[in-house]
Amino acid sequence: MSHETDWERPLEQRAKIVVERLNAWYGPVHAIHDISLTILDRRITAVIGPSGCGKSTLLRCLNRMHEVQPGARAQGEVLLNGENIYASGVDPVTVRRRVGMVFQRPNPFPTMSVFDNVAAGLKLHSLLSRTRFADTVERALRRAALWDEVKDKLKKNGAALSGGQQQRLCIARALAVEPEVLLMDEPASALDPMATLAIEDLMRELVQDTTIVIVTHNMQQAARVSDKTAFLLANAQGAGELIEYGDTPQVFTNPKDERTEAYITGRFG
Amino acid sequence: MVAMTGYLLESAWPAITRLGVEFLTRVEWDPVQGIFGALPGIYGTLLTSVLAMAIAIPVSLGVAIFLAELAPNWLRGPASLLVEMLAAVPSVVIGLWGLFVMVPVIRSPIERWLGQSLGFLPFFQGPPFGVGFLAGGLILAIMALPILTAIARDSILAVPSSQREAMLALGATRWEAISQAVLPYARSGIVAAAMLGFGRALGETMAVTMVIGNGYRLTPQLFSPGNTMASKIAIEFNEASGDLYIGALVELGLVLFAITLVVNLLGRIMIRWMAPGQRVGAQQ
Ligand SMILES: Nc1ncnc2c1ncn2[C@@H]1O[C@H](COP(=O)(O)OP(=O)(O)OP(=O)(O)O)[C@@H](O)[C@H]1O
Ligand SMILES: [Mg+2]
Repeated sequence: MSHETDWERPLEQRAKIVVERLNAWYGPVHAIHDISLTILDRRITAVIGPSGCGKSTLLRCLNRMHEVQPGARAQGEVLLNGENIYASGVDPVTVRRRVGMVFQRPNPFPTMSVFDNVAAGLKLHSLLSRTRFADTVERALRRAALWDEVKDKLKKNGAALSGGQQQRLCIARALAVEPEVLLMDEPASALDPMATLAIEDLMRELVQDTTIVIVTHNMQQAARVSDKTAFLLANAQGAGELIEYGDTPQVFTNPKDERTEAYITGRFG
Repeated sequence: MVAMTGYLLESAWPAITRLGVEFLTRVEWDPVQGIFGALPGIYGTLLTSVLAMAIAIPVSLGVAIFLAELAPNWLRGPASLLVEMLAAVPSVVIGLWGLFVMVPVIRSPIERWLGQSLGFLPFFQGPPFGVGFLAGGLILAIMALPILTAIARDSILAVPSSQREAMLALGATRWEAISQAVLPYARSGIVAAAMLGFGRALGETMAVTMVIGNGYRLTPQLFSPGNTMASKIAIEFNEASGDLYIGALVELGLVLFAITLVVNLLGRIMIRWMAPGQRVGAQQ
């Protein structure tokens, strides 16, 4: 897999992130083993697999959030626009500014209002005036399909929302800083069907100018929204490996690996 | 507690009835003439305690952040232990240390330097005695440090890592994640620590008595010898004679008790008000 030639490919097949032989550990626990895959620019990539197979770990390695946990470390290469984010001298802070993240469990800031939650990232690194904040915050909330529900309680506490609303608040918070890549770890697990569809619409809209990687347990969702699908499975030692990676229609209708087929048809996992 | 208050009220009764409300506003304390005013004592207590908190809160917060967030793992245990052992040092030993080690340092260079460079402020005028409000405040700060640090550290450690991660994932530096996600989340615990420390400082007696210099004045000058209510009682109780004198000292104790009670109550209200997820001050 040579990434040097990627820039010569047609636009729709350009690599945004190239993962090369990525391994990650939690202390002694080997969580993912030798994962290599190429995530295409302005495409939606779904990561699927049974619980504990390392989906979240893989995702967190893509913006160097894995290493903030005590004892956690990663090895291998993750090239973002061709540059290895794990190279020495790369500041993880700048990586995270470009690669945003929505966590598996909603984690709004309970000491901040709805507005300040969404503006939190903007305040960190923007010289925008407050009024521009207000525009960006409203836009982010609208895109996260939350605006109508919270527009009258922007000053209310961010933790006083329902679980599903909190998750959309976190999506809005991540969107507000306009990342190049958005990592979403089961963003819809706390959402009702309507909000889930709204988030899927959002992803289709976002993907015009953003690269999205989404972890999901929902096969229909993966099939509905994603362009590419990666299937992970824990090996005998418990470390997640990439079993199959390909175009979503192919993975779902004509999987190459029988384990993929077993998983998507619900025969295990 | 009711029985205790009742007993104290009974002992203080001669003073309460004869001195009246003036007890709280008078500045003189002259047992020979039977004139007793609590104001300089109240002032001394509040001044030294506020001074102590002004010093101890930033220091203990800094130490707590270091212990909980920044220190390498091997250092956390020993450093925490060191801070906690400070809490086990008897008050009188801290007082002795204060008198023989700290007070000379305060006299010179600290007070001399403050007087020279900031002498235009009323706080830093007057001769550098060493013993006085400043020494009292410092010793109280030292005594409040362990508990303040321990509670602040524990409340920082209790912040879910998802909070820190949420801020980091937005592109925050480590320090930004601490100051904007972790500390706000821990603030009710930190306020609790501050109120607890303040409450203790108000009533602390032994060590303060040894370094505060036994004056009784109402002055902004921090170098001036003074007294807190607690130290005044400790110094004079043995030699006090007569219903009125003893009553005045007990009444002083009651005033101290009342102030401590109010501070604790306020502290509770503030903690409840600031608990994360409870309500948000109108920011925006
Ligand atoms: N903080 C941690 N400390 C130790 N081990 C961990 C930690 N987090 C995850 N693991 C282990 O790493 C492996 C991969 O975990 P990960 O969270 O990436 O799985 P996942 O695929 O996201 O699962 P799920 O679908 O349940 O979210 C699991 O075996 C898990 O037990
Ligand atoms: Mg997960």
